[in-house]
Amino acid sequence: MASMNIIGTSVKRTEDYRFLTGGGQYTDDVAPHHATYAVFVRSPHAHAKIKGIKTDKAAKARGVHAVYTGDDIAKAGINGLPCGWLITDVNGQPMKEPPYPVLAQGKVRHVGERVAVVIADTLHEARDAAELVEVDYEVLPAVVNGAEARKKGAPVLHEIAPDNTCYVWAIGDKAKVDDVFKSAAHTTKLEFVNNRLIPNAIEPRAAIGNYSRAEDAYTLHVASQNPHVERLLMTAFVMGLPEHKVHVIAPDVGGGFGSKIYLYGEDVVVTWASKQINRPVKWTADRVESFSSDAHGRDHVTTAELALDKDGKFLAMRVHTTANVGAYLSTFASCVPTILYATLLAGQYTTPVIYCEVTAVFTNTTPVDAYRGAGRPEATYVVERLVETAAREMKIDPAEIRRRNFIKEFPYQTPVALLYDTGNYNATLDAATKLGDVAGYAKRKEQSKARGKLRGIGYSCYIEACGIAPSSVAGSLGARAGLYEAGEVRVHPTGKVTVFTGSHSHGQGHETTFAQVVASRLGIPMDDVHIVHGDTSKILFGMGTYGSRSIAVGGTAIVKAVDKVIAKGKKIAAHLMEAAENDVEFSDGIFRVTGTDKQVPFGQVALTAYVPHNYPHDKLEPGLNENAFYDPSNFTFPAGSYVCEVEVDPDTGKTSIESFVAVDDFGKIINPMIVEGQVQGGLTQGIGQALMEGCRYDSASGQLLTGTLTDYCLPRAEDVPHFKIDTRETPCTHNPLGVKGCGEAGAIGAPAALMNAITDAIGVRDLAMPATAETVWRAIAMKKAA
Amino acid sequence: MPVKVSMTVNGKPVSAEVEERTLLVNFIREHLRLTGTHVGCDTAQCGACTIEMNGDAVKACNMLAMQAEGAKITTIEGIAAADGTLHPMQEAFREHHALQCGFCTPGMVISAIDLVRRHPNPSEEVVRAELDGNFCRCTGYHNIVKAILDAAPKVAAMR
Amino acid sequence: MYAFTYRKAKDVKDAAAGLAKNADAKLLAGGQSLIAAMKLRLSAPPELIDLGTISELRGIKSDGKNVVIGAMTRHAEVAASTDVKKAIPALAYLASQIGDRMVRNMGTLGGAIAHNDPAADYPAAVVGLGATVETNKRKIDADAFFKGIYETALDPGEIITSVSFPIPKRAAYMKFKQPASRFAMVGVMVADTGKDVRVAVTGAGPCVFRVKEMEQALGKKFAPDSVANIKVPDKGLNSDIHASAEYRAHLVTVMAKRAVEAALK
Repeated sequence: MASMNIIGTSVKRTEDYRFLTGGGQYTDDVAPHHATYAVFVRSPHAHAKIKGIKTDKAAKARGVHAVYTGDDIAKAGINGLPCGWLITDVNGQPMKEPPYPVLAQGKVRHVGERVAVVIADTLHEARDAAELVEVDYEVLPAVVNGAEARKKGAPVLHEIAPDNTCYVWAIGDKAKVDDVFKSAAHTTKLEFVNNRLIPNAIEPRAAIGNYSRAEDAYTLHVASQNPHVERLLMTAFVMGLPEHKVHVIAPDVGGGFGSKIYLYGEDVVVTWASKQINRPVKWTADRVESFSSDAHGRDHVTTAELALDKDGKFLAMRVHTTANVGAYLSTFASCVPTILYATLLAGQYTTPVIYCEVTAVFTNTTPVDAYRGAGRPEATYVVERLVETAAREMKIDPAEIRRRNFIKEFPYQTPVALLYDTGNYNATLDAATKLGDVAGYAKRKEQSKARGKLRGIGYSCYIEACGIAPSSVAGSLGARAGLYEAGEVRVHPTGKVTVFTGSHSHGQGHETTFAQVVASRLGIPMDDVHIVHGDTSKILFGMGTYGSRSIAVGGTAIVKAVDKVIAKGKKIAAHLMEAAENDVEFSDGIFRVTGTDKQVPFGQVALTAYVPHNYPHDKLEPGLNENAFYDPSNFTFPAGSYVCEVEVDPDTGKTSIESFVAVDDFGKIINPMIVEGQVQGGLTQGIGQALMEGCRYDSASGQLLTGTLTDYCLPRAEDVPHFKIDTRETPCTHNPLGVKGCGEAGAIGAPAALMNAITDAIGVRDLAMPATAETVWRAIAMKKAA
Repeated sequence: MPVKVSMTVNGKPVSAEVEERTLLVNFIREHLRLTGTHVGCDTAQCGACTIEMNGDAVKACNMLAMQAEGAKITTIEGIAAADGTLHPMQEAFREHHALQCGFCTPGMVISAIDLVRRHPNPSEEVVRAELDGNFCRCTGYHNIVKAILDAAPKVAAMR
Repeated sequence: MYAFTYRKAKDVKDAAAGLAKNADAKLLAGGQSLIAAMKLRLSAPPELIDLGTISELRGIKSDGKNVVIGAMTRHAEVAASTDVKKAIPALAYLASQIGDRMVRNMGTLGGAIAHNDPAADYPAAVVGLGATVETNKRKIDADAFFKGIYETALDPGEIITSVSFPIPKRAAYMKFKQPASRFAMVGVMVADTGKDVRVAVTGAGPCVFRVKEMEQALGKKFAPDSVANIKVPDKGLNSDIHASAEYRAHLVTVMAKRAVEAALK
């Protein structure tokens, strides 16, 4: 019989048919009867006192059901939005956690902050009425830059943080690192900004609150990456509602990239308001709202130094970063520039000592939180820009300096807390240099020169920690939640299988990948497996999808549940075949008695479990339904090597990417087609960061200058090249599938490769991201002038 | 003052009383409940709302329903065959994994069909350039371009 | 979008009568700028008069001397027109570079020049090719038509009916796109009319403008080198998050040079 093992094959996606025919159901597609529409009145100022709000005109406008302000929220006893990770500062003090109100309380601290909500019969009516809400603001000076916010005399956002500092946190042995720097043969120092990004999932955020008097329960449809966490935070911390009376559904979600992890005030308001007016309340962000109210990403100002011996061996690294967290602490804001950043500074290298100090600062900007990669792109940028620069300064080939410093023995304990279980960094770098034909580069550079173009090449060898996380480790580092995942495998009497996962797919293709895993393990056709996600009333629990964790943590939870099904199946099969349980083996969907020709198929065992006429009732319950929680014993460590070649037009400064090679090691791969798709998408977001995306605020007024898609530049098809992608495989050692995760790699590794290539092409040491045409043109002009 | 608007959508005549300020995309999504046409931005950049009007791809979020009075409209729901068989472009998107979250997909497919009708044998460069009215944040466009190149001769053969 | 009343004009006369009745009414052409602005509540006309079904305003005619394009002709139609491609390929190319395919299927020549966005492409064609704008009242010379940022010579109630482009000996348009919006960060139309040379720049300043120094130099010798060292002053040019005035000034030279190269091909 043919093997049912379809792990490692590019099975076409189950979910595609509905998406291709308009059958997807996203939150805004949900249309409850008698729905009303919410429009939020948002702050036009970056920083202002609210002296008063007049809502009477709006309340009387046509079609309006209610207008609520911060006062109503306070009266209702609704708390602010919590932060899920406590960072303890260098003095052992907890970080400053100012309240993050659902609707502004007396003060606004960024453009776009929610001030009031108007709910009406139609969206037009709600919008018209929202303009009638009169807010009396006393405008205050604003500060948008992290470094500026720490200066004496800077405008103060929160009373509890008079220096606008949320925390100063550090990792590593400072004294040791300082010592090494004093005597090192060579040191390289760079100062740069990791530019603030606005995620821009193409589906805007949306939420529909719907209270049922009949059930005294709420249903919230929301574009979320983790509906259970959303419910837990909302019920236990913000609204004080009974968790089991709130049903959160995250249906099809049109991309997340981090921005839909968090609990947002809009979600709380529509849920609460639906009970107040006894009607469903629907809110969908327009793009302008998304720009100012979705959590942003990155925004680091960093000084980074590398100490090397005369042969280019890394001796120590020293990094100081100011992380702009925005006006309030979003759900996971505090752990991104610390736990998910500084712990990655070893990269792929044996740097023996590392010190990193991070200062998190409040500013009058939209809150910053995890965006694809979350901390790891910033760390990779630090390491890979330093390494490349050091190589150039020491006249060592940039690939060679990396090879001299690669970690080659595993497990490897880094000086920044992580324990890498496995890896083979030479393998990916070798493959990338071959695939990128680095040997032929010099010739291509000559050809470019003949065309009047400047060609450059850049490398980036990244590492990431994924599959977050061992809960005990996360807890010791300040996490206020566990970080396991749950899965349930329900075998039906006919042998069909429904799988419930706490992971959430918003493009990743879980309905396909997870079904491949289950079908392969049970030896049944993939069509017999249905994956259910995104619904708190169907799925027992879930921590959701972010940090490239779904296959490593969610997938493993499912595997564990499958294995329990198989274990119980063996007992049933042993009974049916009158054999000892230990003599029963299971493969390709058949239970067999070892060494005999006795066998029963999986389907018969399933039927027996539900029609238990001939059944070991004294030992077993009927039914075949198992669940499992999986809490990983370590992070996973995907890594890879990227090589990028660019051509710069010296007349305009415009960069074109001539070649982009990515060779990644994600461990075992379930569906290569889907993995490649994840890499391509990640690379494009990384290219976006390096070349075109950059959130800008006016430094005086705090106005968001990149507030529409006509000003914030997303990559288009013609901005990216045809990628050359390959993989190498060192299986993860501590999960049964040997998988590591692949969702963020491209966004993590790409910016450094690109910036290394551009700086190489134009012969400058450093360049700011995004490297727009003007930025590059200026750098060329300055170099000429010098 | 509501106005009456009539058009043919996916081969079916439809009409409704709407507010003058009703955008075509809202008419399609809310009045006709054809929710495959999506709204991703306010400034006619993203292309998620792309539909076909009288044979041309247009952005349904950037026009009034009244501007489509009397027009023949095709939305993503009208692209596959009546028996559910995918159009070659839809099939190519599936085959080449040219979609992830699916949100941009309807607009992308309509735009792609329009593209290959005008360029029956396009180069990769042409495909990339002609996709400048559609954003995808998931795929990095790589597989979308592959799918369109693959589907082009098949779509040409349909006519 | 604020509420408004809507009517379809039967013909140009009907549209003019509508404007005469309500001075605040606005004409709706393709709507690609107007509807977008109304959606953001940046524009709030109480009445829209839709020109969309007036067939007399749509179409392209070429008589060997001039290409006359109806005001309601879509950008995509201009870009695809064999007449335009044959007579003034630079104009077809320019039209093909406006916005994106879907925008070009709706957006119109008349709408674009009446709106006169400082970064729109068409003003460079109208001025660069020395076109004549025809309205329901008169003919307006290109050099007199564009007055300033979003400002034209059109009187209240005046409706563009067509634009007549004289066929040049050779011409080319080069555009450096603002990467997010796809409008022109700098767009330069260079045209050798046979009598003189015209160089029109859009995107760089508050309104389309001509570069006389380049025109004179090219009049003497129509070659890329003639403009390679001519710098326009950056004073008065647009400066925003996408490009400084200095960079725009630089791009004017680069784009002009490349346009001349293209025109010679």
